[in-house]
Amino acid sequence: MTMIKVSKRELVKLIGKSLDDETLKDRISMIGTDLEHVQDDEVSVEIFPNRPDMLSCQGLARALSSFIGVKTGLRNYKIQKSNKQLLVDKSIKDIRPYTACAIIKNLKLNDEKLKEIIDIQEKLHIGIGRNRKKVAIGIYPSEVISYPIRFEALAPEKIRFKPLESNIEMSAKDILEKHPKGKEYAHLLEGKEKYPIFIDSKNKILSMPPIINSNDTGKVTESTKEIFIECSGFSFESCKITLNILVTMFADLGGEIYSMDLIYPDKTYESPDLTPRKMKLDVNYINKLTGLNLSETEIKELLEKMGFGYENKKVLVPAYRLDILHQIDLAEEVAIAYGYENFIEEIPNVSTIGEESPLEIFKKKIVYLLTGLDLIETNTYHLTNLNDHNEKMDNKTEVVEIQETKSSEYSVLRSWMIPSLLKVLSENRHNSYPQNIFEIGTTFKLNKETETGVEESQRLAVLLCDAKTDFTHIKQILDVIFLNLDLEYSIEEAEHNSFIPGRVGRVSVKGKNIAYIGEIHPKVLSNFGLENPVAALEINITELFKLI
Amino acid sequence: MDINKLAESLHPLERKILPHLKEKITDKELEKKSRLQYIEVSRALQWLENKGIIKIKQELKEVISLDKNGERYLKHNLPEKAFLETIKNNPLSLNEIETKAKLDKQELNISVGLLKKHAYIEFKEGKLSITQKGKEFLKDDSEIKFLKSLPLEVSKVDKKILKELSERKEIIKTDTEKTKVIELTDLGEKITKVKLDENLMESVTQDMLKDSSWKDKKFRRYDIKLPVPKIYPGKRHFVNQVNEYTKRIWLDLGFKEMTGPLLNTSFWNFDALFTAQDHPVREMQDTFFIKNPRYGTLPDKKLVNNVKKVHEGNSDIDSLGWQYSWDENEAKRNVLRTHTTVLSAKTLNSLKKEDLPLKFFAVGKCFRNETLDWSHLFEFNQTEGIVIDKNANFRNLLGYLKQFFRKMGYEKARFRPAYFPYTEFSIEIDIFDTQRQRWIELGGAGILRPEVVVPLLGEDVPVLAWGPGVDRIMTAVYKLKDVRELYKNDLKQLREIKIWMK
Repeated sequence: MTMIKVSKRELVKLIGKSLDDETLKDRISMIGTDLEHVQDDEVSVEIFPNRPDMLSCQGLARALSSFIGVKTGLRNYKIQKSNKQLLVDKSIKDIRPYTACAIIKNLKLNDEKLKEIIDIQEKLHIGIGRNRKKVAIGIYPSEVISYPIRFEALAPEKIRFKPLESNIEMSAKDILEKHPKGKEYAHLLEGKEKYPIFIDSKNKILSMPPIINSNDTGKVTESTKEIFIECSGFSFESCKITLNILVTMFADLGGEIYSMDLIYPDKTYESPDLTPRKMKLDVNYINKLTGLNLSETEIKELLEKMGFGYENKKVLVPAYRLDILHQIDLAEEVAIAYGYENFIEEIPNVSTIGEESPLEIFKKKIVYLLTGLDLIETNTYHLTNLNDHNEKMDNKTEVVEIQETKSSEYSVLRSWMIPSLLKVLSENRHNSYPQNIFEIGTTFKLNKETETGVEESQRLAVLLCDAKTDFTHIKQILDVIFLNLDLEYSIEEAEHNSFIPGRVGRVSVKGKNIAYIGEIHPKVLSNFGLENPVAALEINITELFKLI
Repeated sequence: MDINKLAESLHPLERKILPHLKEKITDKELEKKSRLQYIEVSRALQWLENKGIIKIKQELKEVISLDKNGERYLKHNLPEKAFLETIKNNPLSLNEIETKAKLDKQELNISVGLLKKHAYIEFKEGKLSITQKGKEFLKDDSEIKFLKSLPLEVSKVDKKILKELSERKEIIKTDTEKTKVIELTDLGEKITKVKLDENLMESVTQDMLKDSSWKDKKFRRYDIKLPVPKIYPGKRHFVNQVNEYTKRIWLDLGFKEMTGPLLNTSFWNFDALFTAQDHPVREMQDTFFIKNPRYGTLPDKKLVNNVKKVHEGNSDIDSLGWQYSWDENEAKRNVLRTHTTVLSAKTLNSLKKEDLPLKFFAVGKCFRNETLDWSHLFEFNQTEGIVIDKNANFRNLLGYLKQFFRKMGYEKARFRPAYFPYTEFSIEIDIFDTQRQRWIELGGAGILRPEVVVPLLGEDVPVLAWGPGVDRIMTAVYKLKDVRELYKNDLKQLREIKIWMK
């Protein structure tokens, strides 16, 4: 989600109707954006990634103005011909294959508007542009450009120009290594033999997308009246929609849109193209999904409130909308226009039978048994670290590791439960004893047989901790569990570094090892800073459940 | 209370103390007289006070006790006396006296001054001798007796000696001491006049039950208002109490439980849910990807191929898709599930069309790569639900959600338009917390897109889906200011926290 801040005065002026704060807040919330606040003149709104057309004050106002009924239906934007050309060279095909372009004339810019333009450009770069990887935008003062412009790829050593905010000419290599924007986006050109450039008929380089514009031919100022816009990238559709979002914004800002001849080696387009996409309207489908009973006319009016047109049984989708993929998207637009607050909720009379997972039922039975023994259930994280999980336990187990984590304290997935519960005890030394605790949790271990290569099991750990706690106490718990499950177990002495030798056993049922039981080794206790003995058991509940 | 009943409620310790209370007495004196331990005396006093039998006043008393020099002089005699001792029989020079009496210069000077002033000594031919008056003074041991008697209350000591000694350096000191002074109340006066039954029984014993000896005896009455030592029950963790209740609601509404692994391939967590491979949620800073094993395996080719087609926009469904080239390897990346919706995807893929309509739910942990702080956890609880029914619609979605939150105790719920890649309609759920008078945002719900449903189920059937978080309800109900307290596992908190009342 992207947060935008716009001036309330400006927004209301563009909407074309004065609104009190409460109405404005309510309408912003119900159109499909997340209102943050309205404070003095500032309106702060989070825009969902499906609506980049609402990232500017002009775009937001356009949508709201339709939504509240001031100016509904498809907006018509006049496009005049500039008769200027952009030639796409075949050399660009494997480098950065697409571009779309336009010219805007008669702009009246000031410092504030320039800031807004930079701001929307940045937001589009991050969202629909996927950090300039998918789409990058360039805006240039048209007055200093000699048309036609060429979009071509050149070997890096042939590229030299003054990048923005620099007074010296730099090579492509230097720009990528030394210029702040170059360093930030160099990875997008990594491994390319040639770099893309926009260059004019006098062979002045306008920019090297997606990195940076030229300071001479690519810097828009307050005195700029006419601009050239291009969007380049790897998806023609995304380039076109991004361009459409920008040109409609500039038109709402008072500019005039001029088209260019966009000449690819095999085809020529007139760009920009604001022709609405036509979609069929399935009235039944929409009524079925919304649970409403709307007529075609009603649906038409609702779609118009969302800025759509309707002509000859076809929905006209504005050329700046990228989120209308399927009929269901139209159904949602209809529902938003109808108002989510106006739907009457209804639970249908459909009979289905509820059913709890048998393993979950089994886990619950074990929990009841243990709480009946005055044990306290804990709830610990699945993520831990090697120090707590292996070092302190004096026990090396193979663990599943996280690729990148914001906190090194939580970097691996636990393979058994006892370390997590010892940590709980170590954090409770100030509380009264006895401290008898348990938990059933998910544990992770490597297993090539599964879909992910990881096998998950539910494991129960019980830890008893008090001045006089010993093996007898924990074995009593084990006995209670098996007595109540009416299961026989056998126990064999085992070796395990985390326990005291001679006081640790492996428990098996029907020949299958399913548990460890023993007294925790004093060195482990002191690693956790514990001053009382701990007796513990850990049972693989997933396995045990299979044996019942 | 009836005076006799009150008498019958006296504990054996109280009975032992009561006879000593006829006059004002301090707790320390009581300890000596009753021959009980101090702790027993103070417990008995506490009980008697609770019953209104005595009044306890804290009194501050001035007590005279030995100071540093006083303690020494008590052992080795006062310096002037030691001085006189040396010349009791023969006159001696000042130097001889100093060594014999083991006095330091200062003590010697004070002694000479004091003895001369009272004419206990006289100076003759460079030597000092004792006078008659001095001999009498030497015999007088009242000061030593005084020192021996300490500590004493100011009011109980000889004022003259007190004055003399207090003027001298560090012999005695005066401290204020806290003492409890016990006095009978009117009720207390009455109770001392009651004849106490000597045969009151303390406990029910096995012998008593065997021989029925309880029949002609009375049991001591208890003060049932007294606090007793705390004990704690075994208890479910409060988060699990809420989760258990959440499950109950869905079961009551006819939903079947879904379970499944926390670790999944991106295919199930993202791709099957129509989340484009370059969607920001699939970046490392938001999601826990797995380092080892980094990749899992993909399900059957047909499903994988159908998912690929909807992403690329060339499936049988009339959808533009995301229009990019879908990468199988990216789908193999292992990830800790970011939502329980992964369970819904797997469930949809396992159903037979003839079994519809069906309803499923899940309650479980999900993960996001967050730094822990007061409002963020990297593990959180989600409750998932899906309704697969050819007649299901948006109004039903709102109906199920409203009903669920009503059962959670929230009458007011509101739904706002939102966006998720895999639902359309997408809604954001808010519930109204009447106690704190504010809306709580709980997360999302919607209708699964055909691009999700068709590849998994094989047919375009409306699937209502939701996955609100429940942690915010827990923090609101338990009044926790910091979400980390949900998993702090502080045993005091777990022992004392209120049980979930639904």
